[in-house]
Amino acid sequence: MSETILELNGLCIGYNRAKILNNINFNAGRAEIVSILGPNGSGKTTLLKTIAGAIDPMGGKILLQDRNTQDIPLKDLSRKMAVVMQFEQAAHMTVEEYVMMGRLPFFKSFQFFETQKDRDMVDKYLELTDTLGLKDLPFNQISGGERQLVSIARALVQEPMLLLLDEPTSHLDIGHQKQILDLIHTLKEHLNISVVIVLHDLNLASEYSDTLVMIDAESRTVFAQGTSEKVMTKEIIQQVYHTDVLMMKHPITDRPAVFLSRQKKRIDKNQG
Amino acid sequence: MDKKIRQWLIVLILLVVSLILVSFLALAIGSSQIPITDIIDIVLNQKGTASYHILTGVRLPRIIVAIAVGGSLGLAGTLLQGMFRNPLVEPYTLGISGGASLGVCLTIVFGLHAKIGVVAYPLSGFMGAGLVIFVVYVLSLESGALKPNTMLLTGVMISFVSSSLVMLLMAVSKSDDLHNIVFWIMGSLDEPDLTLITIVSVGAVLGLIISLFHCHNLNALALGEEQAAFLGVNTTRTKKILFITASMLTGLSVSVAGIIMFVGLIVPHFMRMVIGADYRILVISSFLGGAVFLILCDLFARIIISPLELPVGVITGIIGGIVFIYVLGKKQVRL
Repeated sequence: MSETILELNGLCIGYNRAKILNNINFNAGRAEIVSILGPNGSGKTTLLKTIAGAIDPMGGKILLQDRNTQDIPLKDLSRKMAVVMQFEQAAHMTVEEYVMMGRLPFFKSFQFFETQKDRDMVDKYLELTDTLGLKDLPFNQISGGERQLVSIARALVQEPMLLLLDEPTSHLDIGHQKQILDLIHTLKEHLNISVVIVLHDLNLASEYSDTLVMIDAESRTVFAQGTSEKVMTKEIIQQVYHTDVLMMKHPITDRPAVFLSRQKKRIDKNQG
Repeated sequence: MDKKIRQWLIVLILLVVSLILVSFLALAIGSSQIPITDIIDIVLNQKGTASYHILTGVRLPRIIVAIAVGGSLGLAGTLLQGMFRNPLVEPYTLGISGGASLGVCLTIVFGLHAKIGVVAYPLSGFMGAGLVIFVVYVLSLESGALKPNTMLLTGVMISFVSSSLVMLLMAVSKSDDLHNIVFWIMGSLDEPDLTLITIVSVGAVLGLIISLFHCHNLNALALGEEQAAFLGVNTTRTKKILFITASMLTGLSVSVAGIIMFVGLIVPHFMRMVIGADYRILVISSFLGGAVFLILCDLFARIIISPLELPVGVITGIIGGIVFIYVLGKKQVRL
């Protein structure tokens, strides 16, 4: 087993004393892709924000390389962990200015201008995410898919070992979905980055992740975790999502895939 | 050299040159015209003449006040727009100027300046402004996210309340206090007290230095508070410092020059169009731009119905109102 980067230890999360999730335990090793799955409103995004440090945990620990994240100074933390939320905003910035913000954690005190190294990093990751051509456009005027790619470029110039992503593929067409998940896979393979990702799409999660963590809205904790073969079973999915599904295997990779089948709803004609 | 830095330098040089130019213009033009070319000669070699007294005793202090107040207001607008992420907020629309003016009126009515000296004006202005920023901020937190419309409406209401309270104070005050309040509310850059001029100038420069130290954080805040924190910015501390800075800048300006509206709206907006949204250049160019703008407005206010003078707020109010409506119509500000 490879080195553990992120470890959640009995984590309890919530807002204003209302508990949302209890006793969450899972790890992410180096260069491992962990997907968090679960129904709407089960607290996936809140979990991600808590790991990111935007919300204080109500109990338990978040360890980054065996160090409690709450004890790590903000600036150090931002050089180890980068976060891309679902709707990034950047007011009037250009794409280049926006991506340059990711170098902020590396600015020394009293440093006013970015260095050549900062500029090279920005170019390098714009190139890697295939968005170098957008450099001078206003962030507000590029498409949703481009915005997601540029946001990942911004996260990458932070040179993180852990990347947190909140639903990077929702609202995108399949072309962009594939582009983003392939990119994430490249990051894992070539940059050894660990990725914790909130996903809606079970089949994409099954295809691209090393570990799945299935959260249940009723028991408010992790329902199952492990490889896709272990988590993506008919029983687990039906229990967590309360929906009848069909399970098949991906024709090439053999990973489990889930299908829905149409169900006729009976309407009693005597009523209404 | 980097293209961006060269652009910034050009804008800075242009602003400094315009500042010098309009300053000389404002020195030359007035009820007694002094040729621009003679100004330096008069100041250096003709001490004791009437022209010398007009230049150094009347016009120069007025220009210094215009630079300090214009710079302060332009800068305060930039800071507030950065923190609230709303292009329509500025000291006047948020009611901060109103709060400061109420503080100053209270000082006049209760005769505080007689007890602790002239410092009472900027101090009470600062406190009034700080109180309003605090109220607006707490209210905007209460309503969940920082909703632009709630915030602006709250600000406008605070302005109404404080101007009503100022009127209440005027109604119950003694006649010479009343004279003082009316005189001060009219808003003028004509300030005879050297201590006040010094305080407002030092305050303006201090505000500029503090802001320059926080421009990276302001840039990060443009990505939202959460994301700024993910980038290692201590958002709570940054906002505390910058709110105090903005109330200091506004409070000092109001205590010297009365309410001058919309400088904090027009100037940052114009600068953003010219040079972009990077706070590293926006902070300093808004300061310089505010100074140039206010000197020009004051010049118009002095000559437009000469020999009488218009309050400078009349000019900024007209231009600012139009710019406000324009911004509202053009930008996708969700109101």
